[in-house]
Amino acid sequence: MAIWKDMPTATVAKPDERAPARAAIRPGQGTSATADAPAAVELQRVSRLYGSFVALREITLKLAAGSSVVMLGENGAGKSTLLKVIAGLQSPSYGQVTVFGEEPRDQRGTVAYMSHATMLYDELTGMENLTYFAGLHGGSVPSGGSRRAHLRERAAHALTEVGLDPANTRRVGEYSQGMRQRASLARVLLSEPDLLLLDEPFSNLDVGSAHSMITRLLAYVAEPAQSGLARTLLLTTHQAELAQPLARSTLTLSGGRLVALLETGKAAASRTSAPMQTGAD
Amino acid sequence: MNYAQHVLTHLRKDLRLEWRTKDSINGMLFFALLVVVVLAMAFDPASFPSMTRQISGGLLWVALLFAAMTALNQSWARETNNSVLDAHRLSAAPASALFIGKALANFLFVTAVEVVLAPIFTVFYNLQPLGQTWKLLVILPLGTWALVVNGTFFAALSLRTRNRETLLPLVLLPITMPALLAMIQATTAVLTGEFEPTLWIKVLVAYVIIFTTACVLLFQTVLSAD
Repeated sequence: MAIWKDMPTATVAKPDERAPARAAIRPGQGTSATADAPAAVELQRVSRLYGSFVALREITLKLAAGSSVVMLGENGAGKSTLLKVIAGLQSPSYGQVTVFGEEPRDQRGTVAYMSHATMLYDELTGMENLTYFAGLHGGSVPSGGSRRAHLRERAAHALTEVGLDPANTRRVGEYSQGMRQRASLARVLLSEPDLLLLDEPFSNLDVGSAHSMITRLLAYVAEPAQSGLARTLLLTTHQAELAQPLARSTLTLSGGRLVALLETGKAAASRTSAPMQTGAD
Repeated sequence: MNYAQHVLTHLRKDLRLEWRTKDSINGMLFFALLVVVVLAMAFDPASFPSMTRQISGGLLWVALLFAAMTALNQSWARETNNSVLDAHRLSAAPASALFIGKALANFLFVTAVEVVLAPIFTVFYNLQPLGQTWKLLVILPLGTWALVVNGTFFAALSLRTRNRETLLPLVLLPITMPALLAMIQATTAVLTGEFEPTLWIKVLVAYVIIFTTACVLLFQTVLSAD
């Protein structure tokens, strides 16, 4: 296993050769409310390898329900991998991940993930796509109403909220990058998830559209989830200043390691304190 | 929302996508027609009516099997474009509903090809069935479902492999062999009238039940795989 020899600074080790764990979750590093808040996401010494490449190195992190976290880091730092691991789209090579106390794959429907790809069908219109995903999400249909009409209404509402016209007959494949990004956001918000994972949501947006998206996200996380817990948001971006209104906390990844944690505490002024713990140095 | 509604939601989406692109049906239809025409030219069916009846069942099903394979990978390619499959992996909807919806869509596409192909096949091979023709109405849907249910499952299984176009036939053909044998024998029985197709229809029914159940139960694992 040459990989282990090539990592002089890595904290990743073979499971049987690991040094005693560093203070994985350090007492006092979160806020005073930490102990009481239920964890939305908890990672214990999570590493993820792609062949011999180490994308994540022993990440230990706890996000309480209601956290609003912006994750920063250079290209290849491991941000997208971390989101995929939390979403359950990729398994960690080592370590343990729980989302609301369970395996991520047992939390289908409560976690939504927006990636670089739209996760929409290019051949369908925005309305058709959203109606389809609304149908998969389900939810209750008001008594006396038609299910199809209800789904269309929800889809139209989601599109309108991100500034897209539900009556637009253009297919998603013909959308501009910004429109695709907004349609993608509408898709993830449609399922009303308890945990929202966004991978560079502002990357193709102009400043105005980005601010609209931030306003929408602030409103979204301020509402309580169906489970009664506060909604949790974790997003990655290279535009730290743009995302500042959403950043109650800022995480920085570098070379797959969690290298910094900054509590800014300014996000979502209407919300209560959202604590976070981490094993970062 | 109940399970059937989830299945219908997926089915409607697949039918709409196919209506817009016509990728699957066009490819399958041209492929199946080419096979039928080329084989009809390779030997003269009109000169050997008895032999033609003996082998027509095999020719028809082999043409349909190969044609269906061209469409099966295509049906999952739609889900991998833009990583839509990841949205399904995170969705609260049952994974097996996605599978059943897609298998039903593929079933309808192959059936549509059969509807066009059957009269052409009858003319080219100068076929006059000597057995109970109505039994083809049982054999054709059963055989088609046997092809698409396995094909849809193994196409999903090979999604993350680099050579999925090659892998699908390598996996699918051996697995489908018992069903292929049953559908060819049953069809030949109807065309020649020499023996009863009942036993082969029963084999086909058993195959369909076993493999549909297995595919439905295992699909969640296939969908969740990294």
